[in-house]
Amino acid sequence: MHVGLHHYLFVSFMLFSLGLLGVIMRRNLLVIYMSLELMLNAANLALVSFSRFNNKLDGQVLVFFIITVAAAEVAVGLALIVALYRKRQSAHVEDLTSMKL
Amino acid sequence: MKYENLPWLILFLPLLSVAVITLFTLRSKTVSSLISIGAVVTGFVMTLLFINANGFQFSGETSTNWLSIGGLQIDFGLKLDALSMMMLLVVTGVGGAIHIYSYGYMDEDSSKSRFFAELSLFTFSMLGIVLANNFLMMFIAWELVGVSSYLLIGFWFEKPSAGDAAKKAFITNRLGDFGFLFGILMVWGLLGSLNFSTLQTSLVANPVALGTSATIAGLLIFCGAMGKSAQFPLHVWLPDAMEGPTPVSALIHAATMVAAGVYMLCRTLFLFNADSLHVIAYIGGFTSLLAALIAIQQNDIKRIIAYSTLSQLGYMVMAVGLFGPTPAMFHLTTHAFFKALLFLSAGSVIIGMHHEQEIWQMGNLRKKMPITFWTFLIGALALSGIPPFSGFYSKDSILAQALEQKNYLLFGVAVFVAALTVLYTFRLFFVVFFGKEKSKAAAHAHESPLVMTLPLVALAVFAFIGGFIGISDKFLKYYLDAGLLRFTPLPYETLNDASREHVTNSPFLNSLLEPFSNSPIAATIGILAAVIGFFLALSLYKNASTDPLPAKLGGLATAMKNKFYFDELYEATVIRAHDFLAAVADWIDRWILEGAIIGAIRGGTDLTGRALRLAQTGNLQTYAFLFVLGVALLLYFVLGK
Repeated sequence: MHVGLHHYLFVSFMLFSLGLLGVIMRRNLLVIYMSLELMLNAANLALVSFSRFNNKLDGQVLVFFIITVAAAEVAVGLALIVALYRKRQSAHVEDLTSMKL
Repeated sequence: MKYENLPWLILFLPLLSVAVITLFTLRSKTVSSLISIGAVVTGFVMTLLFINANGFQFSGETSTNWLSIGGLQIDFGLKLDALSMMMLLVVTGVGGAIHIYSYGYMDEDSSKSRFFAELSLFTFSMLGIVLANNFLMMFIAWELVGVSSYLLIGFWFEKPSAGDAAKKAFITNRLGDFGFLFGILMVWGLLGSLNFSTLQTSLVANPVALGTSATIAGLLIFCGAMGKSAQFPLHVWLPDAMEGPTPVSALIHAATMVAAGVYMLCRTLFLFNADSLHVIAYIGGFTSLLAALIAIQQNDIKRIIAYSTLSQLGYMVMAVGLFGPTPAMFHLTTHAFFKALLFLSAGSVIIGMHHEQEIWQMGNLRKKMPITFWTFLIGALALSGIPPFSGFYSKDSILAQALEQKNYLLFGVAVFVAALTVLYTFRLFFVVFFGKEKSKAAAHAHESPLVMTLPLVALAVFAFIGGFIGISDKFLKYYLDAGLLRFTPLPYETLNDASREHVTNSPFLNSLLEPFSNSPIAATIGILAAVIGFFLALSLYKNASTDPLPAKLGGLATAMKNKFYFDELYEATVIRAHDFLAAVADWIDRWILEGAIIGAIRGGTDLTGRALRLAQTGNLQTYAFLFVLGVALLLYFVLGK
């Protein structure tokens, strides 16, 4: 079977949807965060595939940037979650309602 | 015209005094009162200077354009002629005497500065009415007079009765002014001008310029006078206004403000046609009769004089209505002298009696207060129309006018009122100054200080000589020159000059005997009525310690005492109807405007807000879901089609 661009894009779409579902449905902040990363990587996959099938390097260059920024972002995000956990003893979104009316 | 700018100064000095007193000198009673007195006395001196330089036979205007909107041109200007000069003399002269008197009368009051500021404000407004050269300026000054009279009547506002009286005066005047304003609008609409001279020229040239609405316009204008000069049916405020300090009663409710209505009628005489003047005459006659009857059974010294003022104002209005502006203005002038004198003497009595106003508490005051006794006597004689006191001449000229117009009904009323006038005046006089002391306060009464008795003496002199120093001639000449005596027949007016020659060659004796040469019947009947009234009062009230009249008159006396129940009648009809209207308006406001219309808008906004609030859950994941939904929709619209 010949594996084409469509297949890659389908996998990317599935990954993105899973990540989105995780962000919407899950209640644990850490899991939401992981799902967020999943969505990022789905985008990365799509970019790399386009790069490969279009014979251009632009997409791969952009992916490097995304990975770098994602690393920084994970550091900050995790730090926030840890700080929040220390303060509230919980990482569940249901408990974080102090901004609700 | 020389010193053309002087009247401006006369007009604005009192206003300046108001500003200075309220801004700077409220703390110092003496300085404030001296500023106020200075303003009006300077005005008097300047008026004398102006008249001295120009004489009386001139007519001029000095004005600047104030505003022009489309076809409406409004000047801010002064009308200077014999009419306004005489009034200027009365307002600043009598007003000046009252100002000086107030210095003594209000000595113990802690708000003396405020009193003088308000007095100055009143003087300014009154001068505004007198000098105005157009209807709008007069109306503004007219309202200012209303405001300052409100302030002065309610001067002792901590007394509820004073506050009520002030409100009553203000609101009753508003009713009249409403008609006045309509009249002004009507005149402007029909003739296209508000300036007195322009109106006069166009109306003298074309007497039917007002067309069919002339009567209505005249009566609407008269409404203003009805309010200010307290004519029936708007007469109810004047007696209540006696709640104010006595100098206020003298200044506003005897000499000047209530005269403004009569002055306005005389100033705008050219507007009135025969029909409207007819109505005016009967209203005036009725008011004078009504007030004189009520005055007989009042027991408050100031109220008696207040009703007497009403009655005399009725006389003046009647005179205007009988085509006689000259007698009206003449009586206005002499009345200003002797009524201010009576009020100020009454004030002196009140101070001497330590603020007792009930006449049956007084008695035998002629020994304790000799100066007041004599000045009051002169005022009473002038009011009663005893020759040669001033009131005789002016009252006689009104009687003669009625006779000349062959209006025997009003002549009869006027004669009857003349008798009643003497009766109530000397009832007051005997009860207060003769007989036994009827209370301890009367036994310990004392004469007032010099600052109060001096103005009394000055006014007494004018109340004595006012009739034969040629005041009447000034007015007569003015009206003859202006061509305003367009109504025939007027034999009295024209006879005046011709018959004078026959009597004697001395001008002084001439004017002294003028009434007898003009209209001997009127003069004789007038004196007869006065004598009858006097002997009635003498027999009833000399040495009386209670009022003998109620026993003799029964129900009539009770009705007189209760002012013929006008207050109660108005309470039951006008005020009740007004309350009902107010309740309806309140209901509409509360349920339709606020309930239905504003409620719908407010409720709609509220509901929308509540619905929109549901979207704001505060849950991050809901937002994310909605966000995705939005993106999906966007993608569908962009790519799907």
